[in-house]
Amino acid sequence: MTFLPLLRSVFRREMQLAYRRRSDLANPLLFFLIVVVLFPLGVTPDMTKLADMAPGVLWVGALLANLLSLDLLFRSDYEDGSLEQMLLASLPPTSLVLCKVWVHWLVTGLPLTIMAPLLSIMLGLPGSALPLLMLTLALGTLSLSLIGSIGAALTVGLQKGGLLLTLLIMPLFVPVIIFGTGAVQAQVAGLPWQAHLAMLAAMTTGSLALSPLLTVAALRIAVGD
Amino acid sequence: MARVLSALGLDCERDDRHLFRDLSFDVASGEILHLTGPNGSGKTTLLRRLVGISSVVDGDVSWFPDSPERTAEPCEKIWYIAHRPAVTLLQSPLENMAYALALHGIQAPESVVWDALETVGLRGFEDVPSHQLSAGQQRRVALARLYLPLEPDRVRAWVLDEPLTALDIEAVDRLKARIIDYARAGGSVIMTSHHGLDSETVRTLELGAAS
Repeated sequence: MTFLPLLRSVFRREMQLAYRRRSDLANPLLFFLIVVVLFPLGVTPDMTKLADMAPGVLWVGALLANLLSLDLLFRSDYEDGSLEQMLLASLPPTSLVLCKVWVHWLVTGLPLTIMAPLLSIMLGLPGSALPLLMLTLALGTLSLSLIGSIGAALTVGLQKGGLLLTLLIMPLFVPVIIFGTGAVQAQVAGLPWQAHLAMLAAMTTGSLALSPLLTVAALRIAVGD
Repeated sequence: MARVLSALGLDCERDDRHLFRDLSFDVASGEILHLTGPNGSGKTTLLRRLVGISSVVDGDVSWFPDSPERTAEPCEKIWYIAHRPAVTLLQSPLENMAYALALHGIQAPESVVWDALETVGLRGFEDVPSHQLSAGQQRRVALARLYLPLEPDRVRAWVLDEPLTALDIEAVDRLKARIIDYARAGGSVIMTSHHGLDSETVRTLELGAAS
């Protein structure tokens, strides 16, 4: 069998599993919703102040929601032994990992991006910033999923890996959020924003190229011990 | 006879205990290697090293050392059924089989997969989510792939870690017969089990005997 039909059946399996675990996946989305809804109530209802903070709030919410969902990325496959079979598959394991991360983005990053415009109205973000906000969130959450998969793979063998995962991954998330919010804030302030966006896109493509390799190496360590 | 596997100088030390030291053996095609030994003697660790997913064992393992074309990915030609049987509980037996075959790059017609599931006694359970099955039935989902009628070249060796646990007497006999048949057809089997296996092609390797 050739490569693509195989990859398609792997993709179908991951989507199926995501659908059957949909209550787990709704959790990060609800978290995102709650953070953004509570923010104006807790800080200030002043729309001009909120508009200044809106890109940052949306980005922090999206980042934390993504972090919440990462622990589940490889956990069940590790526990039932599927992960061992994936590392022994005739497909390159990097392609399987990339497939898993892509599905993870489709069920967390993409819904977060789609929810963002609705929530940004609540924070008084100018409508002109919406396309850029969605673009940066789409790119950013993809790179968060990719970077996060390395941490998820490293901690999958641990019983309580959640805290360690956060500590390992947080420093790597910081540049993504800086350039993500930077782009949107610059556009709201009428400043050039293209450089921020270019940096963010560079980070996404960089992690797209590197993180599957690192994730597979980490999975081999987790499984091989 | 052509060697299927050659292991040289395998060495495993865990927690200051030597599980096995300088262990060397060959497996020929058509041979069954039965690993025995008390619990904790390193049987599973050894099997995991043989298929290449353990990093705690030193030594050399080469698959198909006599074949002219050195396959870079020997795993393609091996069914490894581990202690954790890789049965995804949220998926039905049919979906589990389809995924296992896809990972191995095997395209089998649907009817063949149904037949294999029927042979292991899962008829009527093909579409039931695996978490509703009993432990023995979940085990059978993983074992069903051994009953696929594949060409002898496609899967040349089985590496089975305790394949007979949780099975009922009838299923144990059926699997033993299937293993012997497969070896007779030229396949090699490396397995651990606390059950005996009666065939002239069985060789027993006892771990943990020296210590």
